[in-house]
Amino acid sequence: MNRKLSWILLLAGILFGVSIISLCVGSVSIPFREILSLIREGRGTAEYSILFDIRLPRIILAFAVGGALSLAGVLLQGMFRNPLVEPYTLGISGGAALGVCLNIVLGLNRKAVFSLPISGFLGAALIILLVYSLSMRRGTLRIQDLLLIGVMISFISSSLIMLIMAVSRVENLHGIIFWVMGSLEQPNKSLIKLVLAASVSGLVISYFFCLALNAFSLGEEEALHLGINIERTKKLLFILASMLTGLSVSVAGIIGFVGLVVPHFVRMFLGGDHRILLVGSFLSGAAFLIFCDTLARTIISPLELPVGVITGILGGTLFVYALSRKRVVF
Amino acid sequence: MLEIRNLICGYDAKFLLQEINLKVEDGELIGIIGPNGSGKTTLLRAITKVLKPKKGEILLKGKNIWDMGFRELAREIAVVSQSSDASFMSVKEFVLLGRIPHYKKFQFFETKGDEEIARKYMTLTDTLRFENQPVGQISGGERQLAVIARAMAQEPELLLLDEPTAHLDITHQVAVLDLIRRLNKEFGLTVIMVLHDLNLAGEYCNRLILINDGQLHKMGEPAEVLTYEIIEEVYKTVVVVEENPISHKPYVLVVSEEDKQKWESSFLS
Repeated sequence: MNRKLSWILLLAGILFGVSIISLCVGSVSIPFREILSLIREGRGTAEYSILFDIRLPRIILAFAVGGALSLAGVLLQGMFRNPLVEPYTLGISGGAALGVCLNIVLGLNRKAVFSLPISGFLGAALIILLVYSLSMRRGTLRIQDLLLIGVMISFISSSLIMLIMAVSRVENLHGIIFWVMGSLEQPNKSLIKLVLAASVSGLVISYFFCLALNAFSLGEEEALHLGINIERTKKLLFILASMLTGLSVSVAGIIGFVGLVVPHFVRMFLGGDHRILLVGSFLSGAAFLIFCDTLARTIISPLELPVGVITGILGGTLFVYALSRKRVVF
Repeated sequence: MLEIRNLICGYDAKFLLQEINLKVEDGELIGIIGPNGSGKTTLLRAITKVLKPKKGEILLKGKNIWDMGFRELAREIAVVSQSSDASFMSVKEFVLLGRIPHYKKFQFFETKGDEEIARKYMTLTDTLRFENQPVGQISGGERQLAVIARAMAQEPELLLLDEPTAHLDITHQVAVLDLIRRLNKEFGLTVIMVLHDLNLAGEYCNRLILINDGQLHKMGEPAEVLTYEIIEEVYKTVVVVEENPISHKPYVLVVSEEDKQKWESSFLS
């Protein structure tokens, strides 16, 4: 147990370190020494506003989204007992993207910028409901159906997005592509607070399921023998993971790979015990996304790369490397 | 302990079990036997609330199991099923999973007491030796003992086993069944197990329940159930039933088609 606790402390330390580095570097680099003095007496200076109006909100959003996506990944992988499931497999991101596309094409976002995340979330919620109700048979949620229907709905929505893109005007096209690639730049502070609150409470709520998830790793029927109400657990876990994903996607766009690779990676090092895995993945996902976002905005500064490009290349490479060294436990 | 009344149960449109009536007393060691697809496992799954009965009721200590919560039921009934898919965790972690139904609300980690109970049953099942090894790396026989240790960690009053000796060599078959008999005798545990091997069933069980085609064909002591007339009728196979010279329990011998013909023709000539 102590060994596992030290892993968590190590991950928390890494998260803290990455956040500090991310605060310091950028188009204007601010040494760490200066940060402390800026907090005390720097109010009103340009550096102060770079730190606290631009970089810090972005780090907080990366923390919340990275944590939420990895947490959703762990929950789904644990529930499906399938290492290939990730938050986006179930069609939630496709739904959100479709909602945002329709919004941009219909020009709603020009009237109210706030409508973008709302339509994203509505799209995601609609897909969640659809997938959920299609996989229900006589009161039981059929896990394999859920997966297949989710994948199919993903395909359908991405085809619909392509259809919309094919017939939309150039300026709308740019907006859609920009959104689909995902970005952590979010001017709206209250939206960031909302995602942070949801993500952290998601982590807290998920702990009520950690034992059930451990029992699930023996199989559904075995979990039932251990006194787990499997139907209720499956439904609640699906809803929790969907809400986390839907909210993340509708605010930050489709940032791929975090929800697939991070939980897997953490499982490789910390083992399959969800009591440690949940918080471990949350912290790692948060640190990973902050790190990737820092790279994305510094590599070709002052221009920015889409953060999804970095998460994909970095996550995929690291993962393949680790897989070749160590066997995955599932 | 357990009473089953007019149970009709099965999957989707097909109802495998028809009108099962059964009463199990405290401290019995019961074997359920029957051909493949006769509904033995279905009966176990009905008792553990995996399958909802179409008709009839199952009472555990006078209480309908469908009025009990899953956790409450898991503190009374533990199940050793055929496949437990948990290769990555250590034997100790695996056995500790059996404590889940006893955890209090908001308790995430095992207490000293839980560890002691897990240790006790690992000692009893002789699995303490490899408590830190992953379940996937121990042999099939050892794994079966670990599964029993996990079931015992639930501290149940009724233990259900689905073919506990499948795929085991005779050493482990006997080890597992001796252990089960010990649990039954020393801990007063009521045991119901599905067995394919008629000889093992006759050797170890106080009472046998023979299920055929979803119906309770015959119930009684091994010598009453394992007669060649009944076995030949249910299994459609020619057998010879003898008596084990040491335990005086019935012993079923199969006869191959070729030997049967030879034997018959030697009669004619």
